[in-house]
Amino acid sequence: MRIYVCVKQVPDTETKIKLTGDGKIDLNGVKWVVNPYDEFAIEEALNLKTKLTDSKVTIVSLGPKKRTTDAIRTALAMGADDGILIDCEDDLDQNGTAKAIAEAIKQEGEPAIVFAGKLSIDDNGAGLPQILAEYLNLPHVSVIHEFETADNTFTVTREAESGSSKTYQVTGPCVLSTNKGLNTPRYASLPGIMKAKKKPLKEVAFADLGVSNEINKVTYKSFQLPAEKPEVKYISGEAANQAAELVNLLKNEAKVL
Amino acid sequence: MSKKVLVLLEGNNDLKNSCKELLSEAKNASAEIYAMAFGSNAKTLAEQSAHYGATTAFINSNADLDNYNPETYLELVNTWVKDSGAEVVLASSGSLAKDLMPRVAAGLNTGYVSDGTSIDWNDLTVTKPLYAGKCTATVEFQNSPIKFILMRPNQLSINDADTSATCDIRESNDVKTDLKTIIKNIVQNTSEKLDLTEANIIVAGGRGMKEADNFKMLDDLAGVLGATVGASRAVCDAGWVPHSMQVGQTGKTVAPNLYIACGISGAIQHLAGMSSSKVIVAINNDPEAPIFQKATYGIVGDLFEVVPKLTEEFKKVL
Repeated sequence: MRIYVCVKQVPDTETKIKLTGDGKIDLNGVKWVVNPYDEFAIEEALNLKTKLTDSKVTIVSLGPKKRTTDAIRTALAMGADDGILIDCEDDLDQNGTAKAIAEAIKQEGEPAIVFAGKLSIDDNGAGLPQILAEYLNLPHVSVIHEFETADNTFTVTREAESGSSKTYQVTGPCVLSTNKGLNTPRYASLPGIMKAKKKPLKEVAFADLGVSNEINKVTYKSFQLPAEKPEVKYISGEAANQAAELVNLLKNEAKVL
Repeated sequence: MSKKVLVLLEGNNDLKNSCKELLSEAKNASAEIYAMAFGSNAKTLAEQSAHYGATTAFINSNADLDNYNPETYLELVNTWVKDSGAEVVLASSGSLAKDLMPRVAAGLNTGYVSDGTSIDWNDLTVTKPLYAGKCTATVEFQNSPIKFILMRPNQLSINDADTSATCDIRESNDVKTDLKTIIKNIVQNTSEKLDLTEANIIVAGGRGMKEADNFKMLDDLAGVLGATVGASRAVCDAGWVPHSMQVGQTGKTVAPNLYIACGISGAIQHLAGMSSSKVIVAINNDPEAPIFQKATYGIVGDLFEVVPKLTEEFKKVL
C-alpha cells in the first residue's frame, strides 16, 4: 500500500515580512521550514505505516530544487521511505501545484491514502488537498484532528462550523488534510538524518508532467505591509478607574460597543 | 451589463451575517444575484436572501443535506453554477466553503481565492492577507471564466433588509447516493457563541492567565459582551483550552471590531493573526510586552484585578 504525503516549505513563523524595492516579498535571509500542518500529515502517515503490512510512505513536494530537497529530506529523516521532487522554479498557484502532484502520483502508482496539511501558513492557502482529490478523482475530508483505520475504511473527525465537529467514514483511497491536535510530530533522530541521505529521491521535471500552462488560475500582485498603528493610548490609575475609563473610551471614542 | 453572481447561503433559521454581507456587496455592485441553499432550512434562507437582493434561489431541501458532506454538496453546486450562468460565486470564507469551493472550482477548470477582505468589481481582483496578516496582496484571476471568491466575515457592510422582497425559488430534491463519504457522528457546540472567525468581539487569554480555571473569568467578560473567547498558542499547547480557540499564524486569523487581549505578550505569530482587528485592547502587567505596539488602548496592570472590574463596568452600559 502506498501512502503519499504532500509537503511544502514555507518561511518560519518567526519571519518578519519585508518588501523589496519593486514591491515583491523579500525572501532573502528567510529561514525555510516544513509547513507546520504538513508535519501532522507526515506523522500520521508514519503511524499508519506501522499498522499496515507492506506499506510505504512517499513524500511529494513541488518547488525550487534546493529548498524542496531540504523539505523532503526532513520528512525522510522523520522516517518516510522515499521522495518525489517536482522541480519547478516558477510560482505555481494551488491549482497548478495540485495538478502537477496529481500527475506525479498517477505516474508513480495508485495511492491507498494521501495526507496533506490543512493550510500552508505562507499564502493561507487551504485548497490544495481538495483540489488534488478532484484531480485524482478521490473522496476527501479536510481539517481532521482524529483518524482511525479499519481495513480500507477510515474514520476521521473534522472541525466544522462554530466549534462543532463531525465524524465521517471514508472508503479509501482518499485524500485527508490534517489539523493540529491529530498527533505530536516526532523529531528527526540523528540516525534518521544519516539514513535520510541515502533514501531514494526521484526528481521529476515539471515540464515532463504534461500540465498545461493555463493551469495557473490566480496571481498575487501589489503586496503591501499593513498600515502602521497609531500610538497606543495608555489608561492609568487604579483598576476600577482603568476599567471605567476603558469602557467609556470604547463606547464614546472608538464606538465599538 | 450587470454581472451574474451566485451566493452560497448558510445559517440555521437565520441567514448568517457573513452571508448578508456577501449579498449586500453583490447588490451594491449592481449584480444580478442568485442564491443557493441546502437542507431543511434552505427555503427559509432563500426567502431571507431576497431581502438583501437575491432574485433567484436554487435550493434543495432534502434533510440529507442538513449536514455537510463534500460529495453531495459538490454535485449540487456544480449544477447550480452552470444553471445560473454565474460569472462570480461568492461564499463566506468559513469551514464549509473552504472545504467545498476549491474542489468545485478545480472541477470547472477555473480559479478560486479564499480569505478575501475586499473586491474590486471593475476588474474582479480581490485583496487578501498573506502570512496570516503580515502583508496583503491583490489577487488577479487568469484562465478563469468563473471566479470563486471566499470573503472573510466582518469585512463588508450589510444593507437594510427589504422584508417585502421575494425571489424566484427553484427547488430540487434529489441527492447523490452511492457515497464514499458517510457522516457518522456530529458533536454540536452547545454554546450559542459564534466561531472566532465570525465573532464581532473577541476576548483572548494568554500565559498571563496563569491556569486553565482562570479562563472562567474571560468567559464571564465574554458573556456580558456577547463575545467569543480566544487564546494564544502557549495556552492551547499547554492544553488549557482546545486548539480551535487558538488565534495566530498556526491558529485562526481574526479581524473582529474589538479584540481584548488579556495576559498575552504578543509573539509575532499571534500579532499576525489578530492585528487587523479594528480596536485592540491590551491588558498586561509587563509594560514592555509587544502587544502594546499593536494596541489601541493599553492597560498596564494586574489582569486579575482589571478584568472583573471591566466585566462590572460593561454590565452597567450594555
